[in-house]
Amino acid sequence: MSDLKKTLFNRIDTPLLLMYLALVTVGILAIFSVEHRTTDTSLIMMNKSYMKQIIWLGYSLFIGFIIILTDSKFFSSFAFLLYTVCIIILIITIFAGVDVKGSRSWLGIGGFRFQPGEVAKIFTAMALAKFFSLNETNFKKLRDRLIAAAIALAPAVFILLQKETGLALVYMCFFLVMYREGLPSVILVLGFAAIALVLTSLLINRITLAILLTVFTILIGLLIRHTLKRRIAARVILISAWGFSLLFSQVAVPFVFKHVLQKHQIERIYSMIGIDVPDEYNKAIAPGEEKKEKTNSSEYNVLQSKIAIGSGGMFGKGFLNGTSTKNQFVPEQNTDFIFCAIGEQFGFLGSAGLIILYISMMLRILYLGERQRSDFTRVYAYCVASILFFHFAVNISMTIGLAPVIGITLPFISYGGSSLLAFSILIFILIRLDADRQVLIR
Amino acid sequence: MSVATNPRRYVISFIFIGVAVIMLLRLFFLQNFEPKYKILANDIAIYKKVVYPPRGVIRDRKGRTLLSNTPIYDLMITPRNVPKNFDTAEFCAALDIDKATYERILGKVLIRNIDVRQSPFIELLNEEQTARYQENAYKFPGFELVERNIRVYEKPIAGLMLGYIGEVSPEMLKKPRYQSYRQGDYTGLSGLELQYEEALRGQRGVHFLERDKFNRPRDPYKGGALDTLEVSGKQLDLYLDMELQEYAEKLMANKIGSVVAIDPRTGGILTMVSSPTFDPNLLRGKERARNYANLHKEATRPLFNRATQAMYPPGSTIKPFTGLVALNVGAITPDYGYGCRGSYGACSRSIACEHKDAGHAANFGLALAHSCNAYFCHLFRLTVDYRNFGSVKKGLQAWHDYYKSFAYGRQTGIDIPFEGKGLVPDSNLYNKMYRGSWNSCTIVFVGMGQGELLLTPLQMANGMCIIANKGYYYTPHFVKAIGKNENDTALRKYHEKHVVLNIPDETFEVVQQAMQDVVDHGTAAAAKIDGVTVCAKTGTAENKAIVNGEVIKMQNHSMFVAFAPRENPKIAIAVAIENAGFGATWAAPIASLIMEKYLKDSVTYKRKAVEDKMMNAKLINKYVYTIDSVIRLRDLRTYNARVARKRAADSTKKANDSILYHRWINYKMRTNNLKATNKRK
Repeated sequence: MSDLKKTLFNRIDTPLLLMYLALVTVGILAIFSVEHRTTDTSLIMMNKSYMKQIIWLGYSLFIGFIIILTDSKFFSSFAFLLYTVCIIILIITIFAGVDVKGSRSWLGIGGFRFQPGEVAKIFTAMALAKFFSLNETNFKKLRDRLIAAAIALAPAVFILLQKETGLALVYMCFFLVMYREGLPSVILVLGFAAIALVLTSLLINRITLAILLTVFTILIGLLIRHTLKRRIAARVILISAWGFSLLFSQVAVPFVFKHVLQKHQIERIYSMIGIDVPDEYNKAIAPGEEKKEKTNSSEYNVLQSKIAIGSGGMFGKGFLNGTSTKNQFVPEQNTDFIFCAIGEQFGFLGSAGLIILYISMMLRILYLGERQRSDFTRVYAYCVASILFFHFAVNISMTIGLAPVIGITLPFISYGGSSLLAFSILIFILIRLDADRQVLIR
Repeated sequence: MSVATNPRRYVISFIFIGVAVIMLLRLFFLQNFEPKYKILANDIAIYKKVVYPPRGVIRDRKGRTLLSNTPIYDLMITPRNVPKNFDTAEFCAALDIDKATYERILGKVLIRNIDVRQSPFIELLNEEQTARYQENAYKFPGFELVERNIRVYEKPIAGLMLGYIGEVSPEMLKKPRYQSYRQGDYTGLSGLELQYEEALRGQRGVHFLERDKFNRPRDPYKGGALDTLEVSGKQLDLYLDMELQEYAEKLMANKIGSVVAIDPRTGGILTMVSSPTFDPNLLRGKERARNYANLHKEATRPLFNRATQAMYPPGSTIKPFTGLVALNVGAITPDYGYGCRGSYGACSRSIACEHKDAGHAANFGLALAHSCNAYFCHLFRLTVDYRNFGSVKKGLQAWHDYYKSFAYGRQTGIDIPFEGKGLVPDSNLYNKMYRGSWNSCTIVFVGMGQGELLLTPLQMANGMCIIANKGYYYTPHFVKAIGKNENDTALRKYHEKHVVLNIPDETFEVVQQAMQDVVDHGTAAAAKIDGVTVCAKTGTAENKAIVNGEVIKMQNHSMFVAFAPRENPKIAIAVAIENAGFGATWAAPIASLIMEKYLKDSVTYKRKAVEDKMMNAKLINKYVYTIDSVIRLRDLRTYNARVARKRAADSTKKANDSILYHRWINYKMRTNNLKATNKRK
């Protein structure tokens, strides 16, 4: 038995474990820098978030340890059962959830609170992996594709009903996994293109965008000029794509903004990406309709966040010297905007280092996924990487004004027990499964 | 579902890396090429706290405080922190203002400043407001009381000399002296407060503090490395005697005039009164502008420093100097006598003398003791016509040089600003006045201190120092030590001995003896002090006013100059009381009382009656008010006329411009028409 154990621990992927430990350490330091006051008498103060986070890390490591000791077949065997339980809990949460800032995504049990939506990711990933690893699954069939999409999106629907949009959006990341498993590229490309088009029509000046689109189309045309020569369909598709994009950005968006949306809706959309409403969409305030202060809150967040990160410069202000960080100028600094603390205190070098660390971790997970014998582990690994990627990309983009402010956390770094625990479990299950990569798990 | 490498794996890796690269690029530009965020970060998080050090205290010769500081509060507002449901009514009640005022001030604050900045809401709250506000302070988030110091004059004395402070004006800020000042800073505006501004002000400290989003200052920024420490203002020690000053001001109550007392040994000013006086505490804080305007409106002009700025004909008090110059140039000897019979008739007109008895001007001493007009007019003529000079013009020039060396006709250099020069006439002036044809007879009145000669009381007192010191003086000044340092560079010029044109001690002895005789047997008997040898000279100066184009002879000014004790002079004094009559009646007893108070610390019981009489005398004539209103009316008319002229000039210019404009338009139209017709052709 002891012999088996030794070999088990030897088979653990050390780089991934080290990257995980590095990220949680950075996270605790970042939370510390936000919470620490020069007036504090001691470093160990139980009411401070960083101490709570350390305790949560303790729980996470303990659970991780238990996961390592668990039989790897357990996860595939119980995947659907756990998923079902999870969906039931999500449904319960819609009705029994605690009201936190307008959303009902938190479940209180005794004095203990957690967000089922955070944890549901794990079980969705496992269920999806299980589904793909089933012998009878043929992802080339539309029916199976719909089932996979349903498995991925069912929790999202219930989370949407809990009014926690950000968390629900995370489930979109499973399409990346499905793409890996054979979903046609067109869907992915169209999805990305649609998102990019919507964002750019909001962020970039209309005329500039038209020029950019044209230049982009010509570039693609040059790249695939041989195909274009041979096939009429390709020409039609390219030109119609270009035409559609132009029509969308030049006509549809302005039309919707000018004639369909209300003033407060326009303001909401623009404030989400942290920029001012362009003059052309500024409508005269209707009588009796006063500007609400709430509309400015995410705009204010992004501005403060950009100030914090932008003022960090190349080398940063130094640990515990961030004037915006330690003086609480950035709202939600502990959770959604924790990246500001790093950007301000450690500058471009620090934030670039963190981004590289994340990307290395994701690429490592992809590498782990590809070296598996069993489909279950591979699909699971891709799920983990996709979830991490979505969180990472959206969170950092929103702090630097590249994406709308939707409340999702930065994995391993943001303060929050549910989030840390969920991501730790994700990683530790992967580590456990990877340790048995020679075993075929079904 | 093969285990072999799937190409889509690379697509996904590529997406991951691509997104990371976009983020890195964005971060790179955000953090390295957008300096506005650094500025914004400092703007929001760094609070520059300006610390004003207490202004220097001013103390008298015995270390008693004349002018010090007391804390007062400014109410500051940070508009962003004022909640939406702010209880305006209660706030207004606490400050005793109405809602309209609140809205008005708030509007002004918001225009001037962004709403996250703290700016003054009400400056210099009065005690009642402060007390009521402090009780309820917790109910008013966004507001804060900030302490600052305000000047306190311990006693309502010496207002014009100590001066007052006020906010620096935009015009002043343009001057190099005020380059380190900012809008809202306080600066001395007159008197010693202005003269010694740099010493009294100290150095403003700047502390950089980090503040949090609630605008609460927290840690020092960068550990205080950028801070500059404030330096307290330096203390000024004066020669002024607080008790003496108070006493002199009491004596001068209800009179228009001035007293200047100087210690001849140092040039230190012991007392300087310009009457009527006012309480300098009126000229501070919120009420300053209003009180200043009220004081400015008063007919007796209490804001006019008569001691250094008013110019009077010195009258007979100049006679010791007429004698001094005559003796020194050799025009006469002390034994020279003149047979005055009650008038001086040598100059085709009669100049009256108070005395008719023969021999009252038998020698210099007697003539001065009796203040014989004829004798001194004659002496003046003898001096300027003295054969050694060759001509009256050269003689007058020599006399002028003497007077200039006595600091007459120029500023003495006293350490309060806006000093008057006085007037000592020279040949140029008379050439202009008389178109070149004048002689010693034309200007003979100057010998008895009338005519064109004008002195300030300060110059008269300084003249007494010269006679007391037998030939030298120190520039009169108030300040003995700056920051307890008597050798401060700013004081160096006051330690310089000014020796007047070489006059031997014997000549001064003669003049001093004659001035002693004035007190012992002459006109200044009222100035006698038991056990002290007083040297003095009375004066009764004729003066005129021009009212509505008519020259009116007014009641004489009562003048008196003196120093004491003769053997070891400790005080030199000049008293001028406007339109009060004889010098011996009013100015002499007042000067004498002040000298006695200074020399003996108290006035003897038997002079109590004189003291009371002087203190209670009301010597302000009604016509002062009439003349004042006439003068103000004239000034107003002159001003209106000037404004009207300017307006007329402006409108003419405008009219001219518009004529030019119309001509240009006409020209344009004509040429265009021309072109049009040409085209048609």
